[in-house]
Amino acid sequence: MAENKNIKVVMDKEVIDRCLTRIAYEILEKNKGVGNLALVGIRTGGDYLAERLKKKIFDIEGEEVPLGVLDITLYRDDISISKKKPHLGKTKILFSLDDKKVVLVDDVLFTGRTIRAAMDALIDFGRPKMIQLAVLIDRGHRELPIRADFVGKNLPSSLWEAVTVSLVEKNGVDEVIIAEDN
Amino acid sequence: MKFERKDILGISELSVNEINLILETAESFLEISTREIKKVPTLRGKTVINLFFEASTRTRTSFEIAGKRLSADTINISASTSSVVKGETLIDTARNLEAMNPDVIVIRHSAAGAPHLLATLVKQSIINAGDGAHEHPTQALLDMMTIKEKKGKIAGLKIAIIGDITHSRVARSNIYGLTKMGAEVVLAGPSTMLPRDIEQMGVKAYTKLEDAIPDADVVMMLRIQLERQKQNIFPSLREYSQRYCLHSRNITLARKDAIVMHPGPINRGVEISPDIADDSSRSVILDQVNKGVAVRMALLYLLTGGNE
Repeated sequence: MAENKNIKVVMDKEVIDRCLTRIAYEILEKNKGVGNLALVGIRTGGDYLAERLKKKIFDIEGEEVPLGVLDITLYRDDISISKKKPHLGKTKILFSLDDKKVVLVDDVLFTGRTIRAAMDALIDFGRPKMIQLAVLIDRGHRELPIRADFVGKNLPSSLWEAVTVSLVEKNGVDEVIIAEDN
Repeated sequence: MKFERKDILGISELSVNEINLILETAESFLEISTREIKKVPTLRGKTVINLFFEASTRTRTSFEIAGKRLSADTINISASTSSVVKGETLIDTARNLEAMNPDVIVIRHSAAGAPHLLATLVKQSIINAGDGAHEHPTQALLDMMTIKEKKGKIAGLKIAIIGDITHSRVARSNIYGLTKMGAEVVLAGPSTMLPRDIEQMGVKAYTKLEDAIPDADVVMMLRIQLERQKQNIFPSLREYSQRYCLHSRNITLARKDAIVMHPGPINRGVEISPDIADDSSRSVILDQVNKGVAVRMALLYLLTGGNE
C-alpha cells in the first residue's frame, strides 16, 4: 500500500454507517417487511456487512432475519486455471433457502463473477423465491449481465485503480479507499 | 500459505504448516456433505483414478465420494479386475494410465514405496492411499482432524496407540503426524509387534497396554491383521485379546474424557470390545470415517488445478 500513489478515502465510518442504514430501509421497503427474508453475506467482507444489516433491520422492525455466510471459492470460474489455490473459508447457511427472498451481500461489485458464483452456490442449497443483491460499492466494469438492487455508493473507477473496503471486524477500521494500483 | 506439492506420499515429508492448511481446508469441506445437494462444481472436467492393489472399503469409497462431491470423474481400478492379473507391471500400468491424461492417481499397494515410484514416473499428482507397512497419510490426517475437533487441539495431548505397530502404516503415519503437531505419543503391543528402534521416532513404547493408557486423552486401537496370523507373530488371538483388547475395565485407566479411535475395520472382541466400540460417548470411529471424506476432498482440491 505504501507504494500506491493518490490514495483517496472515499467513505469513512459515518458514511458507511449511513449507507447501510439506508440500504436496510430499502431492503424492507422493497420486500414489504421481513417476511421470508434472509441475508447471505459473501466472505470475506460481505459477511460482516450482512451482520450489520441484520442488526439494523432488527432495530427497525424488531425481528431477526436469518443470516448465512457463503464462501464462493469452490464455484469460481477460474479455479481450474489459477495456479495458486485460494484459501477456502467455511460456508454456513443453517436454514432452508426454499421460498426465501435472499439478499446477497458483498462489499464491492466489480466484474460480477463473484455474484455469478454466489448465485450458483445458493441454488445448490435450495430454491429461493428471489435473489437480490446489496453491495456497499459498485465500481463498474461488469463482465456479466449482473446489477445490484441496493447500492451504497457508485464509484466510477479505472481498471488500474484498486478499491479497498476495510471493516472494523477484519481490519480494525471502517473506510473505503481508492488508489492507483502500482 | 500456498500449497505447492505435486503429490501426497507420506506425513513424514509434510510440514506442520502444510498439515494445518490441509486440516483447515478439510474443515471447510465438512459442510458440503451435510447439504441436500452434496456436490460443488470445483473439479469439473478433472479425472481421478483410484488404483487399488489391495482390498479396501473405507478408503476407496471415501476417495470416490470425495472426487464425486467435487464433480471430478472418478474411476476405480482394482488389481483383481485389471491387467495385473495378465502380468502387467506396476510401471507399465502407470504409464498406460498416464497416457489417458487423468489429473490425480490414488494408489494403494502392498509394496512400500510404490506411490513414490509412480510419482517419479508420471506427471500426474499421486496420493498414497496406503503402501505396505510404510504410510497411510490420509488416515493420519483424518485422525488428526478428528482429534482436533474432539479435543480442540493436538499439542500437549497424550495419545496411546495400541496393537501391531510393526505392520501398521496407520501407526507410522500417525506417529509422524502427531509428534510433529506436539502430542506425546506412547505405544503398546507385544514385543514381536514393536519395531526394535521405534523409540527413535520420538515415542515411548511398552509391552503392556496398562502401561501405555494411563491418563491418555486419546486411545487409538489398531486392527489385528488376521491375514498376518500365519507369520506366527503371536501365539493365538485369544491370548492377544486377553492382553491387548480395550474393554470397559482397562479404559478406566485413561482420562475420563478420553476418546477411542480405530482405523477400521474393527475385529470385535479381538482388539476392541463391542461395548467400547459402540459407546458413543467415547468411540469416535464413525466420526473418523466422516472426516475421511472431507480430508480427501481437501487433498484433491489442493493438488489439482492450473499447472498448465
